[in-house]
Amino acid sequence: MNDTASPASGSPASGSPASGSPAAASIWRTARLVAGKDLRIERRSRVIVNQVLPFASLVMVLFAFALDNDEVLQRTAPGLVWLATIFALLVVVQRAFAVETADGALDALRVAGVSPPGIFLGKSLALAVQLLVLELLLIGLAVVLYEATLTATGAVLLVTTLLPATTGLAFVGTLYGGLAAGARGRETLLPLLLFPVVAPVLIGATRATEAAFGVGHAAIDEGWPWVGMLLVFAALFGVGGTLAFGPLIEE
Amino acid sequence: MSERQRPGREQPRQHEQHEQHEQHEQHGNEDSAHVATTQTPLTGPGSAATSPVGNGAGTGTRFTRILGALTLVAMGVLALFALVISPPDVVQGETVRILYAHVGTVWVAYLAFVVTAVSSAAYLWKRTSSLTWDRIAGASAEIGVLFMAITLLTGSLWGRITWGTFWVWDARVTTTAFLFITYIGYLAVRGLGGTHQQRARRSAVVALLAVLEIPLVHFSVRIWRSVHQDASVATGNTDVKLDDTMLFTLLLATVAFSMLYVWYVLHRQRVLHLQDLLDDKGLDLALAERRSEGRPDASAAAPTTAASTPTATVSAASTVPTKDPVS
Amino acid sequence: MEPAGAPSSSDAAGLVVELRDAVAVLGRFPALAGADLHVRRGEIVLLRGPNGAGKTTLLRLCAGLVPLERGEGTVVGCDLRTQRDAVRSRVGLLGHANGLYSDLTVRENVEFWGATVGASAVEIDASLDRMGLASRLAGVAVGRLSAGQKRRTALACLVARRAQLWLLDEPHAGLDATGRDELDATLRAAVAAGATVMVASHELERAGGLATRVVDVVAGQVSPDTGASDTTASGGAS
Repeated sequence: MNDTASPASGSPASGSPASGSPAAASIWRTARLVAGKDLRIERRSRVIVNQVLPFASLVMVLFAFALDNDEVLQRTAPGLVWLATIFALLVVVQRAFAVETADGALDALRVAGVSPPGIFLGKSLALAVQLLVLELLLIGLAVVLYEATLTATGAVLLVTTLLPATTGLAFVGTLYGGLAAGARGRETLLPLLLFPVVAPVLIGATRATEAAFGVGHAAIDEGWPWVGMLLVFAALFGVGGTLAFGPLIEE
Repeated sequence: MSERQRPGREQPRQHEQHEQHEQHEQHGNEDSAHVATTQTPLTGPGSAATSPVGNGAGTGTRFTRILGALTLVAMGVLALFALVISPPDVVQGETVRILYAHVGTVWVAYLAFVVTAVSSAAYLWKRTSSLTWDRIAGASAEIGVLFMAITLLTGSLWGRITWGTFWVWDARVTTTAFLFITYIGYLAVRGLGGTHQQRARRSAVVALLAVLEIPLVHFSVRIWRSVHQDASVATGNTDVKLDDTMLFTLLLATVAFSMLYVWYVLHRQRVLHLQDLLDDKGLDLALAERRSEGRPDASAAAPTTAASTPTATVSAASTVPTKDPVS
Repeated sequence: MEPAGAPSSSDAAGLVVELRDAVAVLGRFPALAGADLHVRRGEIVLLRGPNGAGKTTLLRLCAGLVPLERGEGTVVGCDLRTQRDAVRSRVGLLGHANGLYSDLTVRENVEFWGATVGASAVEIDASLDRMGLASRLAGVAVGRLSAGQKRRTALACLVARRAQLWLLDEPHAGLDATGRDELDATLRAAVAAGATVMVASHELERAGGLATRVVDVVAGQVSPDTGASDTTASGGAS
C-alpha cells in the first residue's frame, strides 16, 4: 500500500499550462479538480440557477420600486447591476462553503493534503464562472427593465470589464468565505469582512459599465482606466489569496 | 527587587510544565518565560496592593507610570494651548479648535494601523514569530478604531459647522471611513476564538490583506471623485491660515496623542497578555481536572463535564486569580 | 505534500504513531490531557473508552487536523508540530462526518477523493468493489443514500486514498452485517499491504475480533498497559 506508484504517474495530469514546476502543476491540477467538482455540484443541485438568479433579478425589480423614476433608473443602471451582483456574491460564497462544511468535506480536504492554493484557485474559478452567468443575466435585465443601451464598442468594453471584475470578486469571496467557513456567526461576519474589500470593484466596474452604456454622456474611453484598476485588484487578491488561504483555513 | 519578582513567580507549576517541553513548546514557553523575566521586574512594588488582579500581576510599570504622568501633563498643556492660548481663526473663528483634536486623533489612528500591519508581518515572519507581536497588533488596532471613531466624529462636526455638511465624499474621508470598518472586521476576526496561535495567524493575515485593500479603496475613490469634477471641499482645509501658535498647538496635539497612544498600547498589550496567561492557566486547571476524571473509578463512564474531584479543583484554583483582570 | 515522497523513516522500531504526553485542546477544553501511545507498523489498534474520553480527538490529532498543544508526537515519521502537511497526505481519516458531497453520486465522490492522491480509474473501481458499491448504487447521489450506505461510500473514498495510516472513528456505526464483513476484510487487506490501522469503536465484540491490540482511552489519557494482549489471542477471522 505504501509502494503504490507515485500519484504523479497515475494521475491524469495532462496539458497543464501553468506547469513551470511540479508544485505549480500540482496546484493547477488540484484547482481544476476542485473547480470541476464545484461546477458539477451546481449542475446537479441547481441552487444558483433556481434560487440565486431569481433572487438577484428580484433585487433589480426592487431597485426599480425604490427609485421609481425611469430617468434615474437609466442613469443608475450600471451601479444597480453591480450592487445586485455584490449582494448575490454574498449568497453564492456562502453556498460555496456550505457545500464544504455540511459533511466535514473541508476537514477531509485538509486531511487529504490537498494544497490550499489549489483549493483557493479552484473554488475561485468555479465562483467566477457562476458570477459571470449571473452578471450577464443582470445586464440583460438592466437593458430590459432600466432601458440601458449598449453599442458594439460598448459591448467590447463591457466584456473586458466583466472578466477582471468577476475574477477579483471571486478571489475576494473565496478568501473571506474560507476564513468565515469554520467560524461562529459566519453569516454575519462574512458581509462585514467582504463588503469593504469589494468597494473598489463596485466603483471601478460601475464606472466602466457607465462608459459602456453611455450613461450621462460618458465616453467609451473613460472606461478603460477602470479596467486597468480592476486588473490590478484581481492580480493583487489573486496572489494574496493564494498565499493566505492556507493559514486562514488552518486550525 | 526580590519583592517585585515574587508576583511573577507565582505559577511555578505552569512554568515547570512548559519547561518540560521546552524545545517544542516554542510559543507557549515563550509566554511563560515572558512572565518570569520581562513582565515581573517591570511590575512596580506598589502594584500588589492596588492591582485589580489581586496578586500583583498589574500592567503598570515604572516606565508607563512616568509616561502616563508626562502624557497627563502634555494633555493639560495641549488643552491650555488649544482652548486658551491659540487665537481663533480669521475665517473659521473658534471652530478651528476642533481641528486640534481631529488632527491628533487621525494621526494616532493611522499610526496605530501601521503598527498593527507591521506587528502582524512580524508575527507571520518565522524568525520573529511571537505572540507578543500579535498582542501588540491587537492592542494597537483596538486603540486605532477608538481614535478613528473620534476622528470621524470631530471631522463631521467640523464639516457641519464650516461646510454645512456632515459628510463629503472626499477620497481621504472615504478611505478613512473604510479603514474604520475594515478594522472593526479585523477585531471581529480576533474574537473568533480558537487557540492563541490560531487567532494570531488568522488576524495577522486579515491585517495584511487590509494593507492591500486600503490603497485600492483610496485610489478608486480619488479617481471616482476627480472624474465627477465636484468641487473638492476638502481643499477647504487650506483656507485655515495657521499662525505659529496654531502650528505649534497642532504639533503639540500630535505629540500628546501619540504619547497617549503608546501608554494605552503598553497597558492594553499587557492586559491581553494576562488574558492569554489566564487562558493558559485555565488550561492547566482543565488538564488537572481532566486527568482526575478517570481516577475515582476508571471503569465508570465518567461524563466529561462534572467529573472533577473536589480536591484537585480547589488546590489548582487557589493559585489562579478568579476574576478576569480586565473587569 | 504528496504521498509519493516516502517518509524519511525516523521510525527505526517501525513505529507509525509515537505520542508522548500529548495535549490537544478543543476550544478551551483539553480533550487529550497527556496521552502516551506507541503504534507499530501493521498493527490494528482498537481504542476503547467511554463517551468523551478523547478517542475522536486522538484520531484527529494523529491525522494532523487538531494541533498538538503540548507534548511530542510523530506520525508516519513526520513531526506533528512542524510537518502536519506531510502527516495529512499520508493518513486517511474516517471521522463522524463522512466528508461526502451529497449532490454528487457515489462514484463521483470516490473519484474526487481518489483524484486528490492521483488514484487511477482501476483503483477507483477496485475501491467501489471493495465496499460493495460497484453496482447500481454507484450512480446514485449520496444525498439519497441511507446512513449505512453513506458510510460505505466514505470507506470506499478512504480505500481510494491509499493511506499508510488508517484512522477510523466508529466505522461500524450504521453498517449492516455484510458491510461489517467488507470493512473487516478491507482493513485486513490494508494491513497486509503494509498499512496500520487505529479504530475507535464501542462495538467491542466486532472490533475486538479484528484488533491486534486494545488500548483504553480514559479522561484524555491512554492507559499505559491495558489489554495489550487480551485480544491478540482471540483475534481470529470471522
